[in-house]
Amino acid sequence: MTEPTRHIRLLVALGVAALILLGRIFYIQLVDDSYKTDALNNSMAHIPVYPLRGIIYDRNGQILVGNKICYDLLCTPSALEPFDTLLLSRVLGVEKQVIQEKLAEYTSRQFRRKIGYRSVVMFPKLPEETYMRFEEISYRFPGFSGQARSLRQYPFNAGGNLLGYISEVDAQYIKAHPEYKSGDYAGKTGLEFSCERLLRGEKGEKIFYRDSRGRIGAPYRGGEADKPAVSGMDITTTIDARLQHYGQALMQNKVGSLVAIEPSTGEILTLVSSPGIDVDVLADIGAHYKEIAANPYKPMFNRAVQASYPPGSVFKLVNALIGLQEGVLRPSMKYPCHAGYHFGKNSRLGCHNHRSPIDMEEAIMMSCNAYFCYVFKDLIDNPDYGTAEKAFNRWRDYVESFGFGQKLGSDFPSELGGFIPKSSYYDKYYGKNAWKAHTIISLSIGQGELGCTPLHLANLCATIANRGYYYIPHLVKESEKVPLDEKYRQRHYTKVDTTHFAQIIPGMYRAVNAGWGSGATASIAAVEGLEICGKTGTAQNPHGDDHSVFICFAPRDNPKIAVAAYLENGGFGAAWAAPVASLLVEQYLSGGISQERKPLEKRVLEGNLMDKVKRK
Amino acid sequence: MTGTGAQRAWGNTIDWYLVGAYLLLVLLGWLNIYASEYDPENVRSIFSWDMRSGKQLVWIGTSLLLGLLILFFISPRSLETLSPLLYGVMLLLLVAVIFLGANTRGSHSWFVLGPVSFQPAELSKITTALLLANRMSRYNFRLTQRRDFLRTAAIILLPMLIIVAENETGSALVYLSFLFMLYREGLSGWWLLLLLMIVVVFILTLVLSPYVALWVTMAVAAVCVCAERAAMRTFFRIYLPAGLVLAFYPMMYRSWMASGLLAFLRPSWVLLAVALVMFVVYLVKAWKEKNSFRMFVAFALVLGLVITRVVPWVFQNVLQDHQRIRIEVLLGMKEDPAGAGYNVRQSMIAIGSGGFWGKGWLQGTQSSYGFVPEQSTDFIFCTVGEQWGFVGCLFIIALYVFLIGRIMVLSEGSREAFTRIYGYSIAGIIFMHLMVNIGMTIGLMPVIGIPLPFLSYGGSSLWSFSIMIFIFVALIRNEKKYFL
Repeated sequence: MTEPTRHIRLLVALGVAALILLGRIFYIQLVDDSYKTDALNNSMAHIPVYPLRGIIYDRNGQILVGNKICYDLLCTPSALEPFDTLLLSRVLGVEKQVIQEKLAEYTSRQFRRKIGYRSVVMFPKLPEETYMRFEEISYRFPGFSGQARSLRQYPFNAGGNLLGYISEVDAQYIKAHPEYKSGDYAGKTGLEFSCERLLRGEKGEKIFYRDSRGRIGAPYRGGEADKPAVSGMDITTTIDARLQHYGQALMQNKVGSLVAIEPSTGEILTLVSSPGIDVDVLADIGAHYKEIAANPYKPMFNRAVQASYPPGSVFKLVNALIGLQEGVLRPSMKYPCHAGYHFGKNSRLGCHNHRSPIDMEEAIMMSCNAYFCYVFKDLIDNPDYGTAEKAFNRWRDYVESFGFGQKLGSDFPSELGGFIPKSSYYDKYYGKNAWKAHTIISLSIGQGELGCTPLHLANLCATIANRGYYYIPHLVKESEKVPLDEKYRQRHYTKVDTTHFAQIIPGMYRAVNAGWGSGATASIAAVEGLEICGKTGTAQNPHGDDHSVFICFAPRDNPKIAVAAYLENGGFGAAWAAPVASLLVEQYLSGGISQERKPLEKRVLEGNLMDKVKRK
Repeated sequence: MTGTGAQRAWGNTIDWYLVGAYLLLVLLGWLNIYASEYDPENVRSIFSWDMRSGKQLVWIGTSLLLGLLILFFISPRSLETLSPLLYGVMLLLLVAVIFLGANTRGSHSWFVLGPVSFQPAELSKITTALLLANRMSRYNFRLTQRRDFLRTAAIILLPMLIIVAENETGSALVYLSFLFMLYREGLSGWWLLLLLMIVVVFILTLVLSPYVALWVTMAVAAVCVCAERAAMRTFFRIYLPAGLVLAFYPMMYRSWMASGLLAFLRPSWVLLAVALVMFVVYLVKAWKEKNSFRMFVAFALVLGLVITRVVPWVFQNVLQDHQRIRIEVLLGMKEDPAGAGYNVRQSMIAIGSGGFWGKGWLQGTQSSYGFVPEQSTDFIFCTVGEQWGFVGCLFIIALYVFLIGRIMVLSEGSREAFTRIYGYSIAGIIFMHLMVNIGMTIGLMPVIGIPLPFLSYGGSSLWSFSIMIFIFVALIRNEKKYFL
């Protein structure tokens, strides 16, 4: 009928086909190892055990950021069985509808396909009491389970921006930090961010046998392979919680910053950026995110280290010091001031009314503009350097040595460097050798192309308080387990000889303590017995009223605190910044506000400058 | 006992090799069904009615009863005479189930009567095989005769199309296994090659491009025609240069012509034109020379051409989502480990984790813990692979090869065409199930939900395969009873 070989061919085909199957099986069972490792992952449930995040203390042992336990309610769609939704809604205190909507989503085909046999966080961050209510009767809700995790808790309203917040890592973050997994939390701003590695701790895990329905069986190998979580390291900050809290109260309803440093260590005692984030908001940043983003005053923006302002008259101190160092200025030198400094044809840099001529001490005390124009002119037109450019570069070196124009290197994230123009900057505007002292005369009084942060100004104040050097301002204090970075132990000297610093301090002392009627600019900051030395500033700006600036330290000898206050659109330095800074100093040194200064405190606490500030 | 005259003892007439292989497979299936459901934390007896293994025991028992019934109480001759009737009844049931059957995952192929469900498609394979055996064993039947060929094709295609209408494409594909028997009975090997070509063109069209697929079809056609006529010169003078030009034409077109005056000479249209010219030339020459091979090649060519044009459209518009995704995953066009690829991935993990010796019976973590879906039915082979390892897989596959081979050898040795044709038909069916089912669990085949004969859980499937085998055993026994 047919050729006899056909049935042989079919037998051969049968054999070949069987060999193909066996070859493939041989390959996946004995050659390719990847299926074995997968098998292990598949049949074990690795349940993460989240570590407690490190606690953040203030310098006196007060807890700024602690932990509280909360629970995520997980839902495993593949293990769901019909249950009493009404009971669950009562137990959890959520609307029944919300539960039904979520369940409808979880049980949809698309979602099931995506999630497979895994679980999804249905209600995050349930408080402990709520969760305990659920757990008692959890057997009535198959497919639901809880997972403990710690939330940040803030027992004391101090810090806000400074402390920063933590939030669940997103895909982008995981890409950049592969050691994190979805569901982990990480610090996103402030100290939580910069100390993430210390605070984070080490995640542990418990391993269980598991079946495909997400049902967890017995512990794998009796739990011997489990890894306990290691709590994060506790951190002590340099912040004084009570002072920080008081500083925040003073800055309430004002836009600006208040920074206090302990000059002898560089430790930041207070760092307020106003308006800031309240700690209540911080604990649940996700829920408030829209509101924060919509706030025209940008509360997330930490002005203390990120806003670049003109320093205003406080910068005169820097020019005086450079003048002294360069030998173009002696404390006894007197300059006239006739309502300002006159130069060129009909050009004048104005000044307020005061007696004339005056020496350096009085010029600092009364903040005479003309005086420092003379000083600056002598610096830039100094014949020793030949050209204005060379003299300017020399001046710039001095300014930079105070830390201006660069990041100070504090342990706070996203510090801004500020701006000190280079000679090339003016070359570009005016042409090479086409500019001289008078072209850039506003630098003499801290105006013009200068940009510095409130932290820079506080650092300047600390430098003067120390008579010539500073420690890099920092927020993390040495504690048992956390050593201090070596760079915070080094003194940074400026290029101005330390002997000159003592010469400008009498002017700062008299600016505060010379008494009403003397012409001193900061009499309002005087506190009896505290020997506050200060300098006001009134920074002109194109966006409205002048900024109110004040730096001060106290006491005069062995200063304990150096403060910079910068209030946007606050007017004269003496109007707002000087009261704010001096109240902070008084609070710190005396532990309270004296009776005669209570009205001033009341005025500051109740003062509202928000309307003056242009909203962005 | 039936029959009279010089009979051999009944024990000697039964082919115990075949029955032994069958019993062994069923037993192993039972053990593996238990293992696939075994839960170490909630151990229940293998006989427990709560376990599928307990139920399977009932199916096995009833299957054996059916087997005895077929062996001792039904005359094989009656099956032969009744085959047209059985076939007709099956067709009616196949149609009826579309309207009366339960809807399981979009397909209407199950009758559900209380606790028992029954899939007519399983049994219709047997009635089709019987009817084919009946028709093709007739005196004068020649597969090469057009009338006989068409009749045979109709017998196979009719149930196949109804099953497609039931939305059970997988079960319908099994009917292709009759080609196995048809080849034995003289079907030209070219038809098998044609089928192979369809599959290859289909895959090429999807994975590479319609252009490449058509080019390959044309090249194969040209090589076939030249080889048949030993026309080496024509091949090197015309086909090779033309083929090379067409191979590089899309590149040339993209670099030089796409935006010029000749932009209308799109590669796909040019290739299509050349293919049509080729088709017409072959057809005319074949007509003149009365060369049926050329005719065949010409039609194969036009078939390939149609496939390359139609497949992309069918793929996007006709196939259902899950079918399309299964094919895409199999061909490596898409990865979808959580979705369509999930089953296969899990199944390969289970098998791969078995290693050489396996983890031991009831020691599996993958299949026992329920990662593999349908683990006791379509994916039963995972349990074998995980718990018995490569050794177990080798043993099971060897057992199947032995069973199928034994059926083939017995069929070949049979004096009756009816027995031979029926034997080859069921050998082909079991072979097809084996390849598709195991191929699916190890990622060689798309996921087609057909059971592994004798091993998979399920009464419908076990019954029909048992009936299938026992009819064959009865046919052989019948022969042995009277002939020595």
